[in-house]
Amino acid sequence: MSRFVCPNCEYVYDEEHGDPREGWAPGTPFDQIDPDWCCPDCGVREQQDFEPLDDNDDGDMAPGAAGRAGA
Amino acid sequence: MAVQSMPATQVQWRDGKRYLWIMGAIMPLVPFAAWGLVAATGSDVFYWFGPVFVFVVIPLVDLLTGLDRNNPPDEVIEALENDKYYRWVTYAFIPMQYLSFVWGAWMLGRGGLDVADKVGLSLGIGMVAGIAINTAHEMGHKKEQHERWFARIALAQPFYGHFFIEHNRGHHVRVATPEDPASSRVGETVWGFLPRTVWGSLKSAWGLEKRRLERRKQSPWTLRNDVLNAWTMSVVLWSAVMLAFGWQIFPYLVIQALVGIWLLESVNYLEHYGMLRQRTESGRYERVNPSHSWNSNNIGTNVLLYHLQRHSDHHANPTRRYQALRDFKESPVLPTGYAGMIVLTWVPAIWRKVMDPRVLAHFDGDITRANLHPRKRDRIIAKYDGRRAEGVHAA
Repeated sequence: MSRFVCPNCEYVYDEEHGDPREGWAPGTPFDQIDPDWCCPDCGVREQQDFEPLDDNDDGDMAPGAAGRAGA
Repeated sequence: MAVQSMPATQVQWRDGKRYLWIMGAIMPLVPFAAWGLVAATGSDVFYWFGPVFVFVVIPLVDLLTGLDRNNPPDEVIEALENDKYYRWVTYAFIPMQYLSFVWGAWMLGRGGLDVADKVGLSLGIGMVAGIAINTAHEMGHKKEQHERWFARIALAQPFYGHFFIEHNRGHHVRVATPEDPASSRVGETVWGFLPRTVWGSLKSAWGLEKRRLERRKQSPWTLRNDVLNAWTMSVVLWSAVMLAFGWQIFPYLVIQALVGIWLLESVNYLEHYGMLRQRTESGRYERVNPSHSWNSNNIGTNVLLYHLQRHSDHHANPTRRYQALRDFKESPVLPTGYAGMIVLTWVPAIWRKVMDPRVLAHFDGDITRANLHPRKRDRIIAKYDGRRAEGVHAA
């Protein structure tokens, strides 16, 4: 199960937990989410803009960390 | 003589506006002030003080106190955002707002006022309703659930609860594009913009919640629908004050709500007038950047509206708290604060005379890059292409 972070506001989509409020049940793979679905916190980045989070980077959600993971 | 030491690792910065932010929470007292002035002078005309405060006193304060270009440095942004004092200042607005609203409803129902007094007082209550939408705006953008609920509570008075959905998930996504009902176009008057934005935003908010609930395999007709639960709060609040002070206050409740909505949508009108994001090669709109919002650094309106006028930074970082918003030098700037600019919107000819040249200058003389009113598109291009040929550039 992977995690993906919004590069603007650090909201994290965790495939294990999904986001039931948004209609993504736990276990929903990130690539099955609508590419135009916008970040539920900041609204200014979409699914296609999210960056994968390195799972070794637990707890560190700084955008820099996400950038490293994506690189 | 003491030498001020500045450790290399620690930036010293003091927020000069720290205690001024309390002014925002005092703003709901304007209808009380109106009543106080009537009591002090014996003249009923002061029941009309609310709009005078917003459209005369605040613009004068802006003109007299000038600009505030003070920006918090990057190093202190995080600490500044985490300083809980600033959020408590915004929370304090809500009890003040409710005190003011309930007292106002009591005055309307039991105060023995004549119709003219009641209309004047309703306008003042409506000014508070409009500013309350701005306070709700600050809280509705935050990640904390309780702040999102506070936003809805503040929006109950003007009956505009769907705003916090449409604004965050609709307006911020489509800002400065022809698809956004809340981004105004060159050639569009505020009076033409108002019905378009109010109706368009309502439809969009409903659609956003309907789609979210469809993904959850639910009908939109549920209190889980944030549009419906926010409106329910308004029904409860309005019913409560009518039960307490008489159904006859209903028309005045409608007046104050319309005034509040008009105030908010007038601010929407001037925040992105003419701004247009270009499309990238992939067909998506370019990202929102500081050049897509009109800003103002007038300190009076900035304090009362929690830095709303540092609008470019807000659109770049929507979840950032008001105290940490910065002024960007590259952002387009309005000639005065939002309150004074609303007065200009009342006469569209004056508004266009002031703003159209600024939009033109912003797009380096190429008006075709602006968001143009479709009906007036050809006329606007014909007018400004001529000027471009003459090489006229506005200041």
